[in-house]
Amino acid sequence: MSLTLAEVAKVALLARLRLSPDELETFTGQLNSIVDYVAQLQELDMTGVEPLAHGIEVRNVFRDDVRGAPLPRDKALANAPKRNSESFLVPAVLE
Amino acid sequence: MSHETALALRARLNAGETTSEEVVRPLLERARSLERLNIFIHLDPERILDQARAIDAQRKAGAPLGPLAGVPVAIKDVLCVEGEPTTCGSRMLRTFRSPYDATVIARLKAAGAVRFGKTNMDEYAMGSSTENSAYGPTLNPWDESRVPGGSSGGSAAAVAAGVAPLALGSDTGGSIRQPAAFCGVVGLKPTYGRVSRYGLIAYASSLDQVGPFAHDLADTALLLGVIAGRDPHDSTSVDERVPDYLGTLDLPPESLRIGVVREFFGDGLDAEVAGAVQEAIKVYEQAGATIREVSLPHSKYGIPAYYIVAPAECSSNLARYDGTTYGHRAEDFSPRHPGEEDLAPMVRMMMASRAEGFGAEVKRRIMLGTFALSAGYADQYYNKALQVRRKIRGDFDAAFREVDVLLGPISPTPAFKLGERTADPLAMYLSDIYTITANLAGIPGISIPCGLTREKLPIGLQLLAAPFAEEKLLRTARVFERATDWHLRRPGLV
Repeated sequence: MSLTLAEVAKVALLARLRLSPDELETFTGQLNSIVDYVAQLQELDMTGVEPLAHGIEVRNVFRDDVRGAPLPRDKALANAPKRNSESFLVPAVLE
Repeated sequence: MSHETALALRARLNAGETTSEEVVRPLLERARSLERLNIFIHLDPERILDQARAIDAQRKAGAPLGPLAGVPVAIKDVLCVEGEPTTCGSRMLRTFRSPYDATVIARLKAAGAVRFGKTNMDEYAMGSSTENSAYGPTLNPWDESRVPGGSSGGSAAAVAAGVAPLALGSDTGGSIRQPAAFCGVVGLKPTYGRVSRYGLIAYASSLDQVGPFAHDLADTALLLGVIAGRDPHDSTSVDERVPDYLGTLDLPPESLRIGVVREFFGDGLDAEVAGAVQEAIKVYEQAGATIREVSLPHSKYGIPAYYIVAPAECSSNLARYDGTTYGHRAEDFSPRHPGEEDLAPMVRMMMASRAEGFGAEVKRRIMLGTFALSAGYADQYYNKALQVRRKIRGDFDAAFREVDVLLGPISPTPAFKLGERTADPLAMYLSDIYTITANLAGIPGISIPCGLTREKLPIGLQLLAAPFAEEKLLRTARVFERATDWHLRRPGLV
């Protein structure tokens, strides 16, 4: 399978990664090599085999719906790139 | 005294022959003199001395002390320590200070351990050489022109270089076991769910595990016992009793049936590595073990399955690093390349922040994962990989019905040269060929030193066991350690 530059550009946008035209070209080449390599799984007939998402499967791990101590606001904001006294600040989303 | 084991150190501390401060000062001096190895991303001597003094004061006051009281433990910079820098080897988290402790860190604190620095690692635990660190590579203490392995290269090197008797690392595809082999120390990846992942910066949530590095098995058992156990903060941690790993270590295993994995001795295995592993088999034969050849027929699909599953999970886990609430935010995110003018400022901010914060390997894996999960491809890549994963797990289940542990090499080669594999991502991925299936299956594995090459490079022996059979794994490894002295060898560092 050959991923085109346009397909890789689309993946980069989905992944929120800005790529320069040079990087796009390099990554497209590398991704194609890797995808070609992992595509060998296609040769296997896995009909009727259940996917295994976790090596060790645990089920229904619940706790009581009881409120605990929250992370204090100041601690939560401590690493903020941009903040005011009570919130994180980001570029405007709505016009 | 550098290279002293944690247990020997603890005995001297408990006997009052020394204090934690007296132990820690020369280790800090040694770390400083070995700065060129680039073992640490952060090392704060004052903070370390404060911890040592505090534990000494507690000891003097007759307060009850934990099993690691006063013993230094180096920590891979993938684990969150409250109020201190945690970078994950990345520019993305260069100035990040965690607001909470990882559970394993809380357990180290409760045990009285001295947290001794944050060690270097491949960025976001993605790599097999520690060359993907944004803070420079770590050098192998046995040969400074070579890699220490990865992604926990700094932790392995810390123990090998005699800077700390114990270290913590994480293993997702071999990232504890392979650097342990390259650095001539013991490294153990516990069963998935044995140790809490709360506060372990996530790379691949179904594969990651935290584990110990040490000079020998007794120290390994000691540290494993401190960190293992169910954690309500981690719903994937399993409610399985934690045995007394240290207490039972010297009991000969009730059953010593060793399965030598046929597929681990194929093409590409270095002759000296193969030789050392064959010698190890002889040691087990002399100890009365039954040796049997076993097959893991799906093991050759381990690397392709992993390099779909792990990137898929990482693309999801690393989506949180978007410049909004913590981590790097780009200063300039104005449109730069064609098409960017049509994107909203918030989107451009995220794209620019992530482009600046992440290194190439991380970007590659994020994109690989995004692709493998995308509409139209998820079935043939991601779901297929998960089906293959069940087959890989099935191979191990069948093998463990016939034998007690599996045996093989850790890596096809000893430590390779810096820069040797950085040009081709795939070449680097293939170094994980023997370790990777254990993560997919969730089973525990250990690397123990079993030889040195002609060029004095360490060789590691891999043992694998069934889920939650760490006690059997350690006791079986101990049979080899008792009969040999590879674990006593040290690099000739100046």
